[in-house]
Amino acid sequence: MSAINVYAIRAIYRFEMARTRRTLMQSIVSPVISTALYFVVFGAAIGGRIPEVEGVSYGAFIVPGLVMLSLLTQSISNASFGIYFPKFVGTIYELLSAPVSYFEIVLSYVGAAATKSVVLGLIILATAALLVPLKIEHPLWMILFLVLTSVTFSLIGFIIGIWADGFEKLQAIPLLIITPLTFLGGSFYSIDMLPPFWRTVSLFNPVVYLVSGFRWSFYGLADVSVGLSLAMTGVFLTVSLAVVAWIFRTGYRLKN
Amino acid sequence: MQTVISVTNLSKTYASGLRALKNINLDIRRGEIFALLGPNGAGKTTLIGIICGIVNPSEGTIRVGGHDIIGDYRAARYMIGLVPQELTTDAFETVWNTVSFSRGLFGKPADPAHIEKVLRDLSLWARKDSKVMTLSGGMKRRLLIAKALSHEPRILFLDEPTAGVDVELRQDMWKLVRSLQASGVTIILTTHYIDEAEEMADRIGVISKGEIILVEEKAELMRKLGRKQLTLHLEKTLVRIPTGLSSYSLELKSGGTDLIYTYDEQVDRAGITALLRDLAAAGIHFKDLQTTQSSLEDIFVTLVSDRK
Ligand SMILES: Nc1ncnc2c1ncn2[C@@H]1O[C@H](COP(=O)(O)OP(=O)(O)OP(=O)(O)O)[C@@H](O)[C@H]1O
Ligand SMILES: [Mg+2]
Repeated sequence: MSAINVYAIRAIYRFEMARTRRTLMQSIVSPVISTALYFVVFGAAIGGRIPEVEGVSYGAFIVPGLVMLSLLTQSISNASFGIYFPKFVGTIYELLSAPVSYFEIVLSYVGAAATKSVVLGLIILATAALLVPLKIEHPLWMILFLVLTSVTFSLIGFIIGIWADGFEKLQAIPLLIITPLTFLGGSFYSIDMLPPFWRTVSLFNPVVYLVSGFRWSFYGLADVSVGLSLAMTGVFLTVSLAVVAWIFRTGYRLKN
Repeated sequence: MQTVISVTNLSKTYASGLRALKNINLDIRRGEIFALLGPNGAGKTTLIGIICGIVNPSEGTIRVGGHDIIGDYRAARYMIGLVPQELTTDAFETVWNTVSFSRGLFGKPADPAHIEKVLRDLSLWARKDSKVMTLSGGMKRRLLIAKALSHEPRILFLDEPTAGVDVELRQDMWKLVRSLQASGVTIILTTHYIDEAEEMADRIGVISKGEIILVEEKAELMRKLGRKQLTLHLEKTLVRIPTGLSSYSLELKSGGTDLIYTYDEQVDRAGITALLRDLAAAGIHFKDLQTTQSSLEDIFVTLVSDRK
């Protein structure tokens, strides 16, 4: 009886996925449309005038970065909203009074948010494949990076959702931190194209490692070694898990 | 009587520094209906919140069905259903889904027949496919009860269940509570309606400013309530009660102009007649009289205001 509350995990996961279905437009369709617009603008319109990057057409080169951009922002916004909303309307009382462990809460909320991100990433890839010549050299690595990134950033979103005490804070982090980091993280260029000083600065940007590893799984091109990308992803995941564990141990912003 | 919830030396200080509960000791008996009464801000919701795991206790221990609510929270919480004071519900889910969700959350496999029964009992069956936001306030209140009952709890907390519920539905609700009790469920409720506590509860607890100031069998309280007072406004001031009247429970008030007779209606039926006859015989005349009966409300108000 005390092993694990599978029914609760299932209930929360389903509830969250139902929320995704209800907000299909906002959660799946609009990121797909905006990503498709990027392809049209950067790939087809401008991309034609930009030389190939190490043998990959510019339109194809930016695909992994664009997928990452969506993955990061959507994971964060979806996971943060998922836990922030019950806090905001008060329905969190039920979660707090239920026989569920913190592990089960995180597993189900973050699992649902990450599932959605993975699905979204795959849909964007499929969209991209229609517009640019796409090739995936290392599919398993691609899936690995896709899943790890989705999970990590859903965890970060979960943390933000607990920390936020207003909608502004909920939107501030993706807007003020994640989007700039992603744009400057080599989504649209290889950081090898940068002057040495800015290249060094870029290495402090965590997103660089995510984009680089992800792009490597497509074209075998990487700014930093794949091993380093994977290791850094693991570090982010571990740090996020540690913060979540701390939040639950202290009841931070969840219980009075 | 078996104890199903035991609260020992419980105190709660909120982050703001407010001491919401002060050294609470309380035992709830298996199968009883316990009414917790107290003015606004007394600490009722805080106490319930701590037992249910929503608020962290500052000091003290609580056992539910013998399980520590922190060390063995899972076993404790499986037993509990909570209907919160605030109407907090999902907006976009359907009635059916939100009640089924609660059952899963509390670790029970899906059981459509049980969910149907709960929804029918609460007159929500016709609305099972409605979105929650389309329900009226009273329906939302009943939805919260349905959610709390979805996992067949052994203990049910009702934090002001009848606020905003119309008379007819209130009757239905009490019928439901009675039938739950008959099936062995322990019920703890808070209310501001004293007549409700009077009608429903087996025991009554009064909390004020974070302290439990009275816990008593309702029957015992009612016995105290059964006492009436007859006040006689005398024509002439009386210095002392004549010895011939010492068999009556009499008191002199207002400097000897009021004679007060306290009696139990059930026991001393013939008391008044005899007293009046004996008074006349003793030459004591009165110009007016009145009788009063204290209610639970009076006791409650006196108890609470004594503490101010
Ligand atoms: N989250 C909180 N932070 C700080 N103080 C709180 C918090 N919740 C409640 N209090 C305070 O604790 C005290 C007890 O509140 P509680 O809600 O338990 O009272 P109550 O008996 O349920 O009152 P009511 O009849 O109005 O529902 C009040 O003074 C209240 O202001
Ligand atoms: Mg209250």
